[in-house]
Amino acid sequence: MTLFILRLPITMVLIAVSLGGSVATAADEKGSKEITVAAAADMSVALKEIAANYEKQTGVQVKLSFAASGALTQQIQNGAPFDAFFSADMDYPRRLIAAGDADGATLYRYAVGTLVLWAPSDSPLDPEHQEIKTLLAPSVKKIAIANPQHAPYGRAAEAALKHFGIYEQVQGRLVIGENVSQAAQFVESGNAQVGFIALAHAVPLAMRGEGKFWKVPADAYPALDQGVVVITRSQHKREAAAFVDYIKTKEAADILRRYGFSVPQERKSRQDLCSSTGKHSG
Amino acid sequence: MFIDWQAFWLTLRLAVIVAALLLVIGLPVAYWIAFSRWRWKFLVEAVVALPIVLPPTVLGFYLLVALGPHSPLGRWWISLTGHTLAFTFTGLVLGSILYSLPFAVQPFAAAFAGVDRKLIAASSTLGASPLKTFFRVIVPLSKPGLITGLALTFAHTMGEFGVVLMVGGNIPGVTRTVSIEIYDQVQASNYASANATALLLLVICFAMLAIVYGLNRRSWLMVPLHGPK
Repeated sequence: MTLFILRLPITMVLIAVSLGGSVATAADEKGSKEITVAAAADMSVALKEIAANYEKQTGVQVKLSFAASGALTQQIQNGAPFDAFFSADMDYPRRLIAAGDADGATLYRYAVGTLVLWAPSDSPLDPEHQEIKTLLAPSVKKIAIANPQHAPYGRAAEAALKHFGIYEQVQGRLVIGENVSQAAQFVESGNAQVGFIALAHAVPLAMRGEGKFWKVPADAYPALDQGVVVITRSQHKREAAAFVDYIKTKEAADILRRYGFSVPQERKSRQDLCSSTGKHSG
Repeated sequence: MFIDWQAFWLTLRLAVIVAALLLVIGLPVAYWIAFSRWRWKFLVEAVVALPIVLPPTVLGFYLLVALGPHSPLGRWWISLTGHTLAFTFTGLVLGSILYSLPFAVQPFAAAFAGVDRKLIAASSTLGASPLKTFFRVIVPLSKPGLITGLALTFAHTMGEFGVVLMVGGNIPGVTRTVSIEIYDQVQASNYASANATALLLLVICFAMLAIVYGLNRRSWLMVPLHGPK
């Protein structure tokens, strides 16, 4: 019995090691390079497609981690092992640069996001025509937004509500998603009746025939300029910079546009990329 | 630096309500587990223990989807109350009851099972009804286990995070608990506020548990290492 008690933890550790070991060997055998990318929640669909294309072309594996931009910034400040960071605004990357956590020369505005007011297809609400007045319908019990404390889309939603002068009126009905994806999921699941979500989420839903939405006019909230940076601590800076360069290609821009992002300027061919880096950081 | 007292009171209220309800729900369930001879009892025990193993995300997901307006159960609830379970205090109470169930039932059941069967037999031989035996013999002899179960339930609910994050909707005064408040402060890099709130929570929880275990001191065998003598 005593022997068994002694052997048990040793056996368990051996099992754990062998499980971990087998996974590591599988990755090593491929011999492929790998980068880890942190990205704003609104990029969750588009960046997966872009990364898949990139993997096919270069063999570099791109591991993606999605969350609210503020949450990712906080993680990077505390040493999270990311190689590049796609934010949903420009402030968080700038904050990282100021703190020395990101490389200022790599900052690049890769896309501009759009805020939409979204309702499910079977909803009696009609955001396409009722626009902001949708929120005043008596059937609207809960309005989902992303957390303004750390999600740029949450800040945009709050700004839009103030712009239309109905923030005080609807404040009591706001439910706050951890990031813009969770806000979308609150409405999709029917628990909230409408929500401010990213166009980049509304578009793939619309492709499946789900939902109706109204694009909040651009003058109602500060532009969702989205910046990418390479992280200072990264062990794979060259690979990360190469992936950031790929975002600047027409091929990647086409995907971004397809998901409703506007892409700031005409893209260069891949050869001219180095010279354009950092130019559009303002 | 900023401490959200509203979140503190809300969390305290949630923990007290959940602990009280789980005492009511947990006693009969634990009694049945301790004394039933049904051959499939182990299946019920496994179900009760599930929340220990399952990540809170699973429970949160079910609360959101299976009890959302797209499900018959969710529609029934909405027709009854006029709103979904998500984003309400009631929803948090229900989620916490499910999530903390094993923390009440398991210590209760262990305590009941530890009561000397001869005393129970003596009580019924002397003509006491099973209910009277339960309240006059079993419960008093199980007091340490009951207190432990209550303390664990209370503590577990105070510290609950995953379920609340998934179904709460972070509404101040309704579903924004202390754990969510701390999370938000950390995510927004407000470390000073996060630190103050976290420290306060730590002190309160320690004080509460210390009081409970202090009261329980004379009958210290909460986890009967050597079994009842």
